[in-house]
Amino acid sequence: MIRRFLCLALTVAILTVGVPRPVKAAPIEIQFWHSMGSQLGIYLNDIVDKFNASQSDYKIVAVYKGTYDQSMAAGIAAYRAGDAPAILQVFEVGTATMIAAKQAVIPTWEVFQKSGVPLNESAFIPTIAGYYSAGTPPHLVSMPFNSSTSVMYYNKDAFQKAGLDPNKPPKTWDEVAADAAKLKASGMPCGFTTGWQGWIQLEQYSAWEGLPYATGNNGFDGLNTKLVFNGPMQVKHIALLQKMVKDGTFTYVGRKDEPTPKFYSGDCGMLMESSGSLGDVVKYSKFKYGEAMMPYDPIKGAPQNAIIGGASLWTLSGKSPEVYKGVAKFFNFLASPDIAGLWSGETGYLPITKFAYANLQLKGFYNTHPEIPIQQMLLHPPLPWTRGVRLGNMPQIRTVVDEELENVWSGKKSAKQALDDAVSRGNELLRSFQAANGG
Amino acid sequence: MKRSNFGSPWLPYVLVAPQVLVTIIFFLWPAGQALVQSVESQDAFGFSTHFVGLANFRELLADPRYLASFRTTVVFSAWVTISGLVISLVLAATANRVGKAKVFYQTLLIWPYAVPPAIAAVLWSFLFNPSLGVITYALARFGIVWNHAINPGQAMFLVVVASVWQQISYNFVFFSAGLQGIPKSLTEAAAIDGAGPLRRFFDVVMPLLSPTTFFLLVVNIVYAFFYTFPIIDAATGGGPVQATTTLVYKIFFEGFQSFDLGKSGAQSVVLMVIVIGLTVVQFRYIERKVQYG
Repeated sequence: MIRRFLCLALTVAILTVGVPRPVKAAPIEIQFWHSMGSQLGIYLNDIVDKFNASQSDYKIVAVYKGTYDQSMAAGIAAYRAGDAPAILQVFEVGTATMIAAKQAVIPTWEVFQKSGVPLNESAFIPTIAGYYSAGTPPHLVSMPFNSSTSVMYYNKDAFQKAGLDPNKPPKTWDEVAADAAKLKASGMPCGFTTGWQGWIQLEQYSAWEGLPYATGNNGFDGLNTKLVFNGPMQVKHIALLQKMVKDGTFTYVGRKDEPTPKFYSGDCGMLMESSGSLGDVVKYSKFKYGEAMMPYDPIKGAPQNAIIGGASLWTLSGKSPEVYKGVAKFFNFLASPDIAGLWSGETGYLPITKFAYANLQLKGFYNTHPEIPIQQMLLHPPLPWTRGVRLGNMPQIRTVVDEELENVWSGKKSAKQALDDAVSRGNELLRSFQAANGG
Repeated sequence: MKRSNFGSPWLPYVLVAPQVLVTIIFFLWPAGQALVQSVESQDAFGFSTHFVGLANFRELLADPRYLASFRTTVVFSAWVTISGLVISLVLAATANRVGKAKVFYQTLLIWPYAVPPAIAAVLWSFLFNPSLGVITYALARFGIVWNHAINPGQAMFLVVVASVWQQISYNFVFFSAGLQGIPKSLTEAAAIDGAGPLRRFFDVVMPLLSPTTFFLLVVNIVYAFFYTFPIIDAATGGGPVQATTTLVYKIFFEGFQSFDLGKSGAQSVVLMVIVIGLTVVQFRYIERKVQYG
């Protein structure tokens, strides 16, 4: 009995007196929800640790919340429940939804301004910053973080075998068709394939040709926008791909990244995919491969510039000013040439600032790594309608485009018919987004 | 019925309270929310909400693709339910006859149930991957081109196989238990009367199994209607075109990937009505034919 009493007394004593605490207040914790899984998550945590170690006022708590759509759904649900993270990573197709949610987000430029942290917006790569800027004059509304673009990968060994010059990847779409036919004739089961057909063969294609994807500068001017990707060039392009399917020189194997293994297994000679697929290509290819700029159809002004995919960091409202000061400092840290360069170098994502790009060039990074993705972004200053595509209900529009293109590949619809249908179905989705968001 | 005596008048209520709470929180409340959302148009964050009456429903019913997903759902559910029940019944009946290593077979057959649905779908889509699937390569040797990215029939086959594979384990457990509950004397008597194994199975075993079969029929239909969206999402994403877009997958896609809560809510209500209707039909008409021994 006495013993038990002593134990209790001792416990109470420890609890009340406590272990000696550091005099300084504990750092302010800032929740950061993201979708960087596996290796990307390791790189991200490494950068977060670096930030936390660099100062003692704030502690960024990075939490992996699943795929992009899962973390966005989780972030929105948490916000509605009053328990949102301060920083939420949102993929590019969710950008219009986030911009429309004016009360839920604090624009990045405002986060910096209110915290007294200087923000040099002109340091960012224009085609990246432009996508995440809104208002007149445009300012950054979310923090650019992980941006990729699409490129062409090709099998140099297969080119050689087919009698093609392995150092001359096709430049135009006619050359792609001709090379694919030669690859096929040399015994390859598949000449050409593409991932993310809606993003690469219509959104990227339009920007690369200098053509608009939707009115109102691809949705940058507001919610009252209409799709226009059923123009003559796009129809011609999709018709060419349909012909290639028929000839057996283009093999369609899926909407997302399914085509990548088709390339690195040696089945397909050419692949259009995200620049972020390079890691897989490097790891699994047992042949010499090359990376090339996206092909184009030679019209005036083409090629113009590539657009981005990937994600950016949004600041959600409802926290104390102290938290936002920490957010601004963290964003500032991410944009610093060293950290942005480190992230780009490790992951293959585009460098987000010109300084980070210069930093990588100085270090000789591009002697061993492809510089094509960033060169495509910087090829020309973007036109008002080649800064990207920023439309409401974009995940649904992408699916509509996927469905209609599958109708083309299976021969059920002509290119013209399918694109017309995709445009009219997509326009309905735009109208319902406009209605739901009070536009 | 014997009236149980709890000693205290409120104890029974306390005992059922957790179940009632669970039902309210996880079923009635969300179902009510879906009803409310179905007549609203709302942005993702819920800042601007307008009452739109039945506009969401009108839009749905005017959409030929939504109507097509009914057909897809019926085809998909029929395949999943029928093939799931038949295969597991055959397996259970044969496993029941095995003399040695019965437990071994039973364990193996129950095992797949431990695999989460999304993993099961990934597993099957790896096997059938148009780029590097093992089965794709095997089929190619016989001159069969497998590409469920473009072939609607193959895509449907894939999602049915992935869905059924898991459900077979579940059905198997219940069929096995049901078979063990059938008195040996009945089948022996039938055997003495000269009935062969097939006759015995169809005329003696099947009727006695009917409560189990009925229960599994309801459970399997509900499974096919409600719980298969992770499989479809991971295996085909509803494609090609909309060949594997079922009602529940559409709800998942529009609600959780596109944040169109109004339309998603309206579809949930439609699905809810269908499943309530189906369950009523099952209990009123099919259950009559069930013999509860």
